[in-house]
Amino acid sequence: MVAIENLHKKFNKNVVLSGIDLTINDGGIFAVLGPNGSGKTTLIKSILGMVIANKGNIYVLGKSIKHNSAYRNKIDYLPQIANFPSNLKVKELIKMIKDLRGNTLKDKDLISLFKLEPFLNKKLGNLSGGTKQKVNIVLTFMFDSPLIILDEPTTGLDPISLIRLKELIQAEKAKGKTILITSHIMSFVEEVSDEIVFILEGKIYFKGNINELKKKTSQSDFEHAIASILMDNHA
Amino acid sequence: MLKILKYSFYDLMRSRWSYVYFAFYLLLGAVLLFLNTDLSKAVITLMNVIIVLVPLIGTIFGVMYYYNSKEFTELLLAQPLKRSSIFLGQYLGVALSLSMSLILGLGIPFIFYGLFKSNAIWDFSLLLITGTFLTFIFTVLAFNIALSNENKIKGFGYAILLWLFLAVIYDGLFLMSLILFEDYPLDKLSLFGSMFNPIDLSRILILLKLDISALLGYTGAVFKKFFGTNFGLIVSIIMLTLWVILPVLRIVSKSKKKDF
Repeated sequence: MVAIENLHKKFNKNVVLSGIDLTINDGGIFAVLGPNGSGKTTLIKSILGMVIANKGNIYVLGKSIKHNSAYRNKIDYLPQIANFPSNLKVKELIKMIKDLRGNTLKDKDLISLFKLEPFLNKKLGNLSGGTKQKVNIVLTFMFDSPLIILDEPTTGLDPISLIRLKELIQAEKAKGKTILITSHIMSFVEEVSDEIVFILEGKIYFKGNINELKKKTSQSDFEHAIASILMDNHA
Repeated sequence: MLKILKYSFYDLMRSRWSYVYFAFYLLLGAVLLFLNTDLSKAVITLMNVIIVLVPLIGTIFGVMYYYNSKEFTELLLAQPLKRSSIFLGQYLGVALSLSMSLILGLGIPFIFYGLFKSNAIWDFSLLLITGTFLTFIFTVLAFNIALSNENKIKGFGYAILLWLFLAVIYDGLFLMSLILFEDYPLDKLSLFGSMFNPIDLSRILILLKLDISALLGYTGAVFKKFFGTNFGLIVSIIMLTLWVILPVLRIVSKSKKKDF
């Protein structure tokens, strides 16, 4: 699905990614973890072509993403901070994205799933953080793309919406889609992900499933396993 | 690109500032026509206002729109759209809506005044064309500045400095160099110098058309002598077009390399 070869990225003198090699296979839920500022979002934005790498290649569905924009039609992306044009109404935003990407009927179900009907005529600037995130989720899941990228999807969600989101993720996985997630909520990652990648200082520190990580760090609990990596490397 | 253009244009059409800008020109046009019985004198007064104000508004709107629509841009960047079409669409949206405010705001009072029956129609059209050129030029320059500066305050500062430089300081430096080197033949230098300032160029373009020697100034006089009226017009229009095209090309290449 996604193949990354020797990816380097620095912002001015700040090296963020230094030689990432990563292959993400078709199907399943893939979590990208790492401490703050480890380069998770940069990695994801590189896949999306929003950040241009200094060195290295990225292939999505077998094709290089360099000088290419059509491949993003195969990706649904949920950005980390839901910043929308604030003078647009929710309804208008959904219509606009549909206009840009092609029509879909799934938005109706998603709007009722997240109980967004009362907000459709409100301006995005007046919505609370959690409601914005729900709109964000609707925009991401309303298209049927084979690759879904979720950057901190749980931010600001109430417990019911969180459950709905998890169900949604599992339903998409059951359709054979590939889902890439970053999150700081370890219990969420443990619950949903099939495989994890741990990034530390711009390099891949660990790739495998959660049990392997527990074995490697000889911890019985996932959260402690992650914590022990951080302690060992920062001590 | 057309879809982005459409959304940017509608977005601006709903903004209060487009109407304020439109209303300002409407008022200016109406007042000038009531106070001035001579249509061509009104055109000259308008020229003096347009040549300073249009660049300022174009610069400020351009920078402001770019920074304010950052979220919109980031949303679009994750969609299957080319970067060049995102930025060019936004640029054209801003430039077109500003030009529309200018053309409608000035055009409506002049039409009511009986422009179509008057001889000043060509002078007036040229004024609007120059105003539109200046809008496109200064909006694209503002977009260039905003694209290169992540920091809003810096971007605003550079944009205002650019306007100040081209509208005021450039002329001053020019004049000073003419006084300083008055013993040398300066025709070609001044000709050359005015090419590099779209505001000067627009002024010459309109004054050559209006054929008012008293207002031509030193640069204009040289310009007219050297090129002859028609050739001068064509050269200035080509230069103004270059002032739009070259910065647009920079937007395309710069946007391809930028990280978001």
